[in-house]
Amino acid sequence: MAPPITRCPRPPPRLPQRSGQPSRGGAGQWVPREVAAAGRPLRRGRAAERGAGRRGGARRTMAAATAAAAPGRGRRGAPMYSKELTSKKRDEFEDILEERRLSSDLRYAMKCYTPVIYKGLSPCKPNAIKSAVLQSEQVQYVIKQLAKEMGESSDIIQEEAMEILDEMGHNMQLGAVRFFAFTLSKIFKQLFQRVCVNEEGMQRLQHAIQEHPVVLLPSHRSYVDFLMLSYLLYTYDLALPVIAAGIDFLGMKIVGELLRRAGAFFMRRSFGGNRLYWAVFAEYVKMMLRNGYAPVEFFLEGTRSRTAKTLPPKFGLLSIVMEPFFKREVFDTYLVPISISYERILEESLYAYELLGVPKPKESTSGLLKARRILSDNFGTIHIYVGQPVSLRTLASGRINRCPYNLVPRHLPQKPSEDIQEFVSDVAYKMELLQIENMVLSPWVLVAAVLLQNLPAMDFELLIEKTLWLKGLTQTFGGFIEWPDNLCAKKAVMSGLTLHSNIARLVDGHVVLNDKGVEDGAVGEIVFKHALAILMCATYRNQLLNVFVRPSLVAIALQMTRSFRKEEVYNCFSFLRDVFSDEFIFFPGISLKDFEEGCFLLTKCDAIQTNQQEIYPTNKGSVIISFLSTMFRPFVEGYQLIFRYLAKEAKEAFTEKQFIPGVRNFVFQLLEKGNTQCYEALSSDMQKNALAALVQLGAAKKKKMSNGFTYNVNQEAINKILDMFDARIPVQKPVAARL
Amino acid sequence: MAAAAEEAAGSGGGGSPSSARRRLRIISGHLRSSPRAPEREALSLSPCKAQGGSTGPASGSIPRKRQELLKWNGWGYNDSKFIFNKKGQAEFTGKRYRLGGMVLPTFKEWMEKTFGASLDHKTTSRATLNVNDVPPSIVKEEFLQDLRATKISYSQDAEDRVFRAHGHCLHEIFILREGMFKRVPDIVVWPVCHEDVVKIVELACKHNLCIIPFGGGTSVSSALECPEEEKRTIVSLDTSQMNRILWIDEKNLTACVEAGIVGQDLENQLAESGFCTGHEPDSMEFSSLGGWVATRASGMKKTIYGNIEDMVIHIKMVTPRGIVEKNCQVPRMSTGPDIHHFIMGSEGTLGVVTEVTIKIRPVPEYQKYGSVVFPNFERGVACLREVAKQRCAPASIRLVDNAQFQFGHALKPQVASIFTSFLDGLKKFYITKFKGFDPNILCVATLLFEGDREKVLQHEKQVYDIATKFGGLAAGEDNGQRGYMLTFVIAYLRDLGLDYYVIGESFETSVPWDRVLDLCRNVKERIARECKEKGVQFAPLSTCRVTQTYDAGACVYFYFAFNYRGISDPIHVYEQIERAAREEILANGGSLSHHHGVGKLRKRWMKESISDVGLGMLRSVKEYVDPNNIFGNKNLL
Repeated sequence: MAPPITRCPRPPPRLPQRSGQPSRGGAGQWVPREVAAAGRPLRRGRAAERGAGRRGGARRTMAAATAAAAPGRGRRGAPMYSKELTSKKRDEFEDILEERRLSSDLRYAMKCYTPVIYKGLSPCKPNAIKSAVLQSEQVQYVIKQLAKEMGESSDIIQEEAMEILDEMGHNMQLGAVRFFAFTLSKIFKQLFQRVCVNEEGMQRLQHAIQEHPVVLLPSHRSYVDFLMLSYLLYTYDLALPVIAAGIDFLGMKIVGELLRRAGAFFMRRSFGGNRLYWAVFAEYVKMMLRNGYAPVEFFLEGTRSRTAKTLPPKFGLLSIVMEPFFKREVFDTYLVPISISYERILEESLYAYELLGVPKPKESTSGLLKARRILSDNFGTIHIYVGQPVSLRTLASGRINRCPYNLVPRHLPQKPSEDIQEFVSDVAYKMELLQIENMVLSPWVLVAAVLLQNLPAMDFELLIEKTLWLKGLTQTFGGFIEWPDNLCAKKAVMSGLTLHSNIARLVDGHVVLNDKGVEDGAVGEIVFKHALAILMCATYRNQLLNVFVRPSLVAIALQMTRSFRKEEVYNCFSFLRDVFSDEFIFFPGISLKDFEEGCFLLTKCDAIQTNQQEIYPTNKGSVIISFLSTMFRPFVEGYQLIFRYLAKEAKEAFTEKQFIPGVRNFVFQLLEKGNTQCYEALSSDMQKNALAALVQLGAAKKKKMSNGFTYNVNQEAINKILDMFDARIPVQKPVAARL
Repeated sequence: MAAAAEEAAGSGGGGSPSSARRRLRIISGHLRSSPRAPEREALSLSPCKAQGGSTGPASGSIPRKRQELLKWNGWGYNDSKFIFNKKGQAEFTGKRYRLGGMVLPTFKEWMEKTFGASLDHKTTSRATLNVNDVPPSIVKEEFLQDLRATKISYSQDAEDRVFRAHGHCLHEIFILREGMFKRVPDIVVWPVCHEDVVKIVELACKHNLCIIPFGGGTSVSSALECPEEEKRTIVSLDTSQMNRILWIDEKNLTACVEAGIVGQDLENQLAESGFCTGHEPDSMEFSSLGGWVATRASGMKKTIYGNIEDMVIHIKMVTPRGIVEKNCQVPRMSTGPDIHHFIMGSEGTLGVVTEVTIKIRPVPEYQKYGSVVFPNFERGVACLREVAKQRCAPASIRLVDNAQFQFGHALKPQVASIFTSFLDGLKKFYITKFKGFDPNILCVATLLFEGDREKVLQHEKQVYDIATKFGGLAAGEDNGQRGYMLTFVIAYLRDLGLDYYVIGESFETSVPWDRVLDLCRNVKERIARECKEKGVQFAPLSTCRVTQTYDAGACVYFYFAFNYRGISDPIHVYEQIERAAREEILANGGSLSHHHGVGKLRKRWMKESISDVGLGMLRSVKEYVDPNNIFGNKNLL
């Protein structure tokens, strides 16, 4: 029923009436939203027109966003991963910088900006939102409660709430937006070759924004993410989002304020215990969402992933934005997964230093100015894939017990029930998996993965051959590779090497890591430099891991068990999945499905054959199996090193601050002595994940103390896990059964 | 056209038309000249009738042969219906209602615009009931012999049986028009007094039969449908001939009335002594006192007179265990859980209500309609909430949304003079242009004040003052009156819609104040979505009104209708959508029903609504009172 949206060769004049308010009262033919929206094409100026002219009508049309999220999908037990991965249709990309390079940035920044808006929107100013939040029943209730408990006058607490709001609130102003539109155009053109966007995704988003409140959920790899989406939405004449940012940005003079005016609002890093803060913050976010004031944007991962692997989701903000739907204050809410992939990450070396324990520089304006030298560098292409908006209502249908929300006044703070928590967590993982699905993988990612398996040096021709081979495998596994049709492998690899000349280089027909200064200096320094190079390179390989993790864990399980019995392999798989549950993204509770998915993909690439009870590697499969397990070896070995450290050296109780340097020294010494080659075990990210895994497996206990968390490990349990890794004892069922 | 067959046994958000009394007069006039008088004489000669010291003439509006007066396949009187006349204009026939004989010039356009319906696409109901299709009556001879001995009148005629096999749900009317019920009663009995009912129940127990009590037949919860799997003889116990006022107690302001009396007769006869009950569900012309009790009915003037549970002083019910009643007629007593509350809402699963003592009031001296226009629905709800908060709600206050406001407009009769049309134009100009109300957003509250003249005027001012605070503008008596008229003719409209591929129904709920707006918006949106998903070609009409205000919440009434051309199984689609709408209501914190009851239509949500234990409590009562499931209509539990 949804009319197809076709691209007009030339944007027709704006509809006379605002498309925000079609067919009141439900009367009339199906004019509603879709048609009204379709009547208005996505606008992006001249380049869009040219693009349309170039491709003609070849572009396929797209059903409206409502057709999103097939019912039942995403519910526990429903298929999480598409079986037809390679045949998956993905939208095509358009470069939005192309137009910027051809026309005036100033005119662009001053263009007429009148975005489509939510149909139920009643426009209001940022300050009006703040005072509405302050006066809301929700906040007033908590204020009164606190006043009673603390014996203070509620005026004082109200004052406090006002301060919180002032610290937090955004102050979106068109002037600042235009300023950013101008400067970002300049900066992006300097930094990046292209910024590519799937325009169909933008169209779906345009419909979604008018229909229901929208939550934008981008991946987070770089600070660039912050303003990239706003820039994009401005370019396409869509409502600008309000963005949840860490409070650290406020430390930056001027920039913090500028961000605020561009729509950022600031949240403290942790405020679980502060009821007033929680109430004010939650109500602030919900108020903006309910009124359809603007799309709300935040990062599920909570922080930039330093490793380019997707981080496990944080649930706090997600559960806040879902609440208005649970309480039926809105009819539905759209969650839009957005994948932003960088060919070269701006902060790559900073991240590597940070992972090795050199602290992250504090956000400061002077730091930002110092960083301007990177402007002379080339950071390749950014791909932004705006996913299909997912209807929260569809996800929730049949899963939510409505009773708890009906029996308590809606303004009272209510701890979410267990099934709500579980649901929120499922949705969070689902969204991250959708992000991963549409992450664009550059040829360089494949090069990095091959190279890391062939250190210290690799023949260039062989590298090209292996890269091509890996390209095929990645596509079989559903990876989204952006490899232009006519680009020959050699050129692709070469251009990757050129772009990443700081990581690897070509020397005498061999490709080597670019660890300058390794030759001279002390042993320790050599190790550090080498680790730096490897971690930087690994950042790119890591982008493949979530695509490869399921078949790879099956491959590793096959090698570890040295058995063909499906059950044993599954038990081992399940064990590994548990151990790596913080390292990679798995949808909770569907271990068996993940296993089947892994087996299916391995069968698809002819690496294994299976029947009811058994799994056999095929003759030609051994190459794939060994490649896959080598790909993940740094994790298997790294975890073992970390576990070994904990089993032997860990004190009675320790904090994370004690643990990280301890285990780093331990690994460092092993590396110096040449007892291991696992440089990645130096990564603080892996170390934290390994510790978290032990907590989840019950081999360590995490306790909240006044000065943060302390850990207690159970040596015996860790030794048992280590034995399982070494296949000295078979993986026992109880571990698997715990799922 | 949302057929709003209001609940069988009564109920309804509201009301009687313009001058209810005038209508009653016409009806009673009609009855006085009725040729059926001799039969009635005969009935009242029966010994049973003679015993009851009845006041006034025992004349019921509804004859034993219902089809003589009422449509057999639609709502209401045979002579009253919407038609399109030769000029293609809509017209309402008959002389019973104020709208009778009037031409409605804008209605056709509204119908075409709202539903995409066209006069060229017509469906026709079968002209008469095909008696051969009716399942045969299976009654054992022993029972018939016993029944004859009691001298209670009965019938095994096919028409009589079919016309007691249904209420006024959409699917039931659809079956009448195009199909046949799988199961209908095997025999209809007409007791004329309490003792007759006792005898029938005894016989049913003796012969193990199933009894389904039948009052006015206006159920919209599938409560009257016979369970298909019922193997026993089904006896339809029609209470329509138990329709006398037994006595009036002016000192205590109560009246004892037989339960079969229909609303209009009750008010009519009480009016002769200067009294009324004030209970006016939309179905009051046809629904019966016993039905009201059995479904926990609500009338539009409940603000003054209360709902049925507030009015009832004493109930006599015949059950398989015996007769249940209290030993005195007092305003309140503390004797454990009130047994009346087992009876009210029992939906015919426990026994037959035979006599009810009900509160009466002197007929009010003065009545005044009114209406207020609000810039939007939100403001309107806020105003109603404030009125409820100040506890100054008039006898009736209702807020209709924009779609229903436009619907009401479509039912405006041709204006008599240029002057009136000029005035209308002026009014419209004032509201839309001068005051800036958007005619596609504004909504209207209709008001009915009752009492002595001075107080009414005072009360009126108070309410209008509140309305002003919420941006309301007084919009005249006439609009108010038409609003109330609309609610009873709307039931007739469904029959017209059915002729043009439009099906519809009403449903209702009650909801806390703070959720009213969210619930209304979400339910309408859900309906629109479901329609689209199910392949309905045109956007449906889904509209609501707030019909009752309480301290803690409100009653919301929805109409929902759509054009089903192009859909092969419209009833199934309709039922799926209605079910989704009910799910949505429950998810928004609304109740399963405010006054229509549960019947068989909404049984599946009972457990969720009253908890496992709650359901068990009701079951245990049923098991004690009726262990052999004589009252086996399968409602509620």
